[in-house]
Formats: sequence, structure tokens, C-alpha cells
Amino acid sequence: MQIYDLPDARGHFGQYGGVFVAETLMHALDELSAQYQRYRNDAEFVAEFEYELRHYVGRPSPIYHAKRWSRALGGAQIFLKREDLNHTGAHKINNTIGQALLARRMGKPRVIAETGAGQHGVATATVAARYGMECVVYMGSEDIRRQATNVYRMKLLNATVVPVVSGSRTLKDALNEAMRDWVTNIENTFYIIGSVAGPHPYPMMVRDFQSVIGRESKKQMLELADRQPDYLIACVGGGSNAIGLFYPYLNDHDVRLVGVEAGGTGLETGKHAATLSTGTPGVLHGNRTYLMQDANGQIIETHSISAGLDYPGVGPEHSWLKDSKRAEYVAVTDDDALAAFHALCKFEGIIPALESAHALAYAATLAPQLDKDKILLVNLSGRGDKDMNTVAQLSGITF
Amino acid sequence: MAQTTAAASAVIKPGVDSRIGKAFARLRQQERKALIPFVTAGDPDPEMTPPLMHALVDSGADIIELGVPFSDPMADGPTIQRASERALKHGTGLKDVLAMVAKFRATDEVTPVVLMGYANPIEAMGVTRFAAQARISGVDGVLVVDYPPEECADWVDTLADNEIAPIFLLSPTTTTARMQRIASFARGYIYYVSLKGVTGAGHLDLESIAEKIPQIRENIDLPIGVGFGIRNAQTVQAIAKFADAVVIGSRLVEELEGSPRDQALARVSALMQTLRSALDAR
Repeated sequence: MQIYDLPDARGHFGQYGGVFVAETLMHALDELSAQYQRYRNDAEFVAEFEYELRHYVGRPSPIYHAKRWSRALGGAQIFLKREDLNHTGAHKINNTIGQALLARRMGKPRVIAETGAGQHGVATATVAARYGMECVVYMGSEDIRRQATNVYRMKLLNATVVPVVSGSRTLKDALNEAMRDWVTNIENTFYIIGSVAGPHPYPMMVRDFQSVIGRESKKQMLELADRQPDYLIACVGGGSNAIGLFYPYLNDHDVRLVGVEAGGTGLETGKHAATLSTGTPGVLHGNRTYLMQDANGQIIETHSISAGLDYPGVGPEHSWLKDSKRAEYVAVTDDDALAAFHALCKFEGIIPALESAHALAYAATLAPQLDKDKILLVNLSGRGDKDMNTVAQLSGITF
Repeated sequence: MAQTTAAASAVIKPGVDSRIGKAFARLRQQERKALIPFVTAGDPDPEMTPPLMHALVDSGADIIELGVPFSDPMADGPTIQRASERALKHGTGLKDVLAMVAKFRATDEVTPVVLMGYANPIEAMGVTRFAAQARISGVDGVLVVDYPPEECADWVDTLADNEIAPIFLLSPTTTTARMQRIASFARGYIYYVSLKGVTGAGHLDLESIAEKIPQIRENIDLPIGVGFGIRNAQTVQAIAKFADAVVIGSRLVEELEGSPRDQALARVSALMQTLRSALDAR
């Protein structure tokens, strides 16, 4: 059986990934690649990363058997990887700690980030405060409106939040703006990308930092169930929580991998962010990957109830996993995600992030079709506190 | 050592017989430097672009860089992004841009036109189809901002088949090794980005440009244009002391943006003439 060893030296996953940026960024990316190669297996670096994950983030995050909900669904057993219990409430911090440790070793006192829902912005502001770094977060003005609480959290953590008013004023535009900042301030600035997107080495590096999720899961499932799950299920926007869970399992071919995209108001309506389900390959944000684009190659605006999935691209490794059929990708609508959100509140006393609710919704569809001895492991990538306003509004409640 | 693929070395070097080659030869003979304006196709609207291109030539342009609008222009500053957004509001696609070039070409056989943009609109059309259509339309060079040499061997071959010059960017952070790699692919001229930043930024360091140019000449045997952040006659003059061409983009686009539609051509022409005189008066 072929052992998975992607990407290649220039960051390619088959035809996807690579480095598609202006010459002005090439030197910085070469330097970043070299430094990451130097430290990724450095004993001291790895030890510090693990120490921080344990004592600052609170890892390992538990796996929890959602027995009541599984019983109510009447099929397979649903287990939840509780990334929502991490410090700052999502998986994002695994990656920001890794990149911040690298930034420190590279002598960069200033970090910048893009953010959609605000989770990555908060995770970046958090580690910047933790290590005494200057922090600037770019956020679409539309997202700032939708995620006011997270904006305030970043400000409390002493980050500067810069509203982005260009383009569709969402995550993709924030990423453009962060790239521009990086080009301009390349000497003192480290760009902490929040997903497995962007030019090489980011998709690989973010995957490596996030794959602690899957490594822990492999151990914990043996302890809990004495075997590995039949399915891994995770939501996919850029895809960092999904790749973090999937990656350690890529060579375990009896474990099926399912990425769940944001189906918005339904794929047939065109108002969604299901890039892998409906998109075509192209080049955006420094890599080749599936994109939501029109016939002229312009990137089109996406829609999702969850700001964190509202992205017209996807990590290039997911594009490869789709084409190679190692993983499957499905879409779940806003309404189904919302129903799963409420179900988890009701049956398990856990308020999930709307992003994670997409993965839960697919699990809720799949579980009843399977025998009771089958196991689904769902990545509960974040908690739902940040979504209180959105959910309340949809229920006609204003605070 | 520079990587030279067999196919890339077979590129017909736009020399005496290409429009870009002829333009630089003519300028050398006249001991003049090239003035290269950049405007975005379809800004402020598609009807305006061909007459604007002619007005640029009439007011002193030697080569025209025509921006292909893209929804996510990562290497551009706010001015050129707004130009892209205005053009996209009119639905200006790559096909339309090529039609504009063809229309311009119908009455100007001489002035080289270089398209500048991002990879995705070209890939959406298909690289082979694009290159063939670009040739028919009269395009002379193409600069794809997000195709670095590492990712573009096929692209360069396809352009070569259609006698179109791949234009490449160099930046203040480009190492000698990378210059040599770029030299093996680049044709037409080299576009040196004069600052660490995006188009239209305002912190030009003339001294560092003056230091970098000889290093580029040692490694690449092509005319050197300098752009990004050049905003006035004084800077144009200073840059022309060591470069072969000066590219002016955001400042022109600003002029276009700030003018009522019926005065836009006159005001852009006036600005061009000022720059042209400064360039020729050295």
C-alpha cells in the first residue's frame, strides 16, 4: 500500500498547492520554508510546542461518547473530539502557538493574521499577548458586524483589528489585505495564516500543527472503544480542523474520511460555500485548489450561516484528497446545521460552534443508516458561545 | 546555475522583429527612456479603454500595460483594486480585454501592449486558448503576477509558441540565484518592483534602486523597467537615470478616478505629457 508523503518539496499535492505569489513574497516564503524545515523536527521546538499545548491550551482534549444523542438517532455511535474545550474555544490555537513559536525563533516581533469568524483572530491575539508580540488582525467589515463579540475579545487582548472594506468584505478580502501588509512589512512581520490555505509552506505547516488532533484521537479511541472509528467527520471551510483530524489516519484505509462543506441555502440556490462539491480548480491566495468562481475566473461571493466556513477556496490538500478519492466531501445546509446545533444542546448539554454543527448534521444523517456498533468520530472543532447572536436572531430573539 | 529547459531556450527572443524589441531599439537610438503607463481594462468603463489607450500613445506612451481585472488582486494597493472593481461592475472579462486590445490594434500597429494580471482568469479561459487569442488580438507580452518561475514552465512554452513575451517581476528581495532562473524565462523587458509593498505605495528608496539595477544587468540581458510607487515627474526623472523604462500606474488610475468622464482623457493626457517632458529633459 502506498504511504502518503505529500506535499513535495515545492508544496504540491498532485496538481494542487504550490507557490503562486508575486516575486515580492518569494524571498519571505523561501525563508519561512527553510526555517520551518529546520525546526519542525527540532527536539527543543517540539518539546516547547507540546508543553504549551498541554499547559496553556489544556490538551489533550477529551473524546466524549455522545450516548444520548446516538441513542436518539438510533444508529451508529457518535464520538466527539472536544476541540471546543481548548483555551479560546476552538482548534485554531494549536496552529497559532506553533507559528508564534516559529516567529519568535525567526526574530519577528510583529504578527499579523486574517480572520473570518474571529476565532483565528482571537487565537492569534491570544498567543501574541502570551509572547509579548505586536498583533494586527485583518477582518472583513461584514464579518466585524457579524462577530462583534470576537472583535471585542481581540481588542481586550491588545490586538489592533483593521476592518477590510474591499471586495466582498469577508475572509478572502481579509486574507488579501494581510498579504499586502506582509509584503510591505516583511522584515519584522510574521504572517500567521489560520487555515491550510495560502502558498507553501502554510498548508503543510498548519496541517502539521493541527495534526495533534488526529494523533490524540488515535490513542484515545483505542482506550475508549478498543478500536479506531469507521468514519471521521469534520467541517471544511479552509479545512484546518478536518486535515488535523484526517492526516494521521491517511494511511489507515479502513477509516473513511468525510469533509462537510457549507451548503448555505442549498447547492441549487447558488448561495453556499461548498467549494469542493461544486467548484473548479484555479489559483487563489498563493495556491492551486478548487475555487468558487464564475466563467471569467472571478472569485464569487459565498454564503454560509457560519462565518468560519464562508470561504471561496479550500486547502489544496483537500482538493488532492477529493480527486484521489481518499476523502469524501458533502454539503450540509444552514437549516440542517442549525438543527444539529440545537440537537447537541438538547441531548448532550454542549453548545457547538455553527461551523462544527455542519459536521454534526452530517453525522446525524449518516448515523441512522448504520449499525449500532459502528463508530463516527466528529471533530467538535469549536464551541458556540460566539454564535449566540446569530442563533438568537434566527429564532427572532434580540438581546 | 540558471535552469534552462530546452523549450524555454527555444523561445523566440523578442528582438528586432517584435513590437517590444523594436520599441526599445528605437528608444536606444534616440537616447530616450521608455514611458510605460498602466491602466486597468474596463475602468472606468469598457467603451473608454480603446480611446484611452490611443490617448496614452498620443501623450507619450512607448508601451502600454493593460491590467486584466481580477476580484482578488493581492499584489495591488487600494487604487488599482478599486479600478478592478469598477471594471468588474461592467462585467469586464478576459475575452473583453482581448477585444479591447484588438480594437486598439486596428489603428495602432506599432505600440506594444502588455497584459498584466493574475493567473486565475487566464486559467479559467485555458492557457492555450488564451495565448492563441492574445496573439490574434495583438498582445505582445503578458505579466502574470502570481506565476513565479517555479510554477510556469508550461506557461512560458505556450506563450513562446504564440510569440508572446513572458514579462517577469523582480523585487528588492530577489536573490542572484533567482535572477538567473528568471533570466532563463523572461523576454521583452524586466519589471523591477521598486519597493517592498503593493502598487501605489509611497515609500520609494531611490538609493537602493540605484544599487540594485547594476546587479540585475549583470544577470539579465533585457531592458529594465521600474515601477510601483512612482508618482511624479521628479521621481520619473530620477529613476530614468539608471533604468530603461519607467512604469506609472496607480497615479494615472487616480487621475482617471478623480476626473468626470468627459474630462478623463484630457486630464490623463496632460499628466502623461508632464511625465514625458520630465523623462526627455534629463
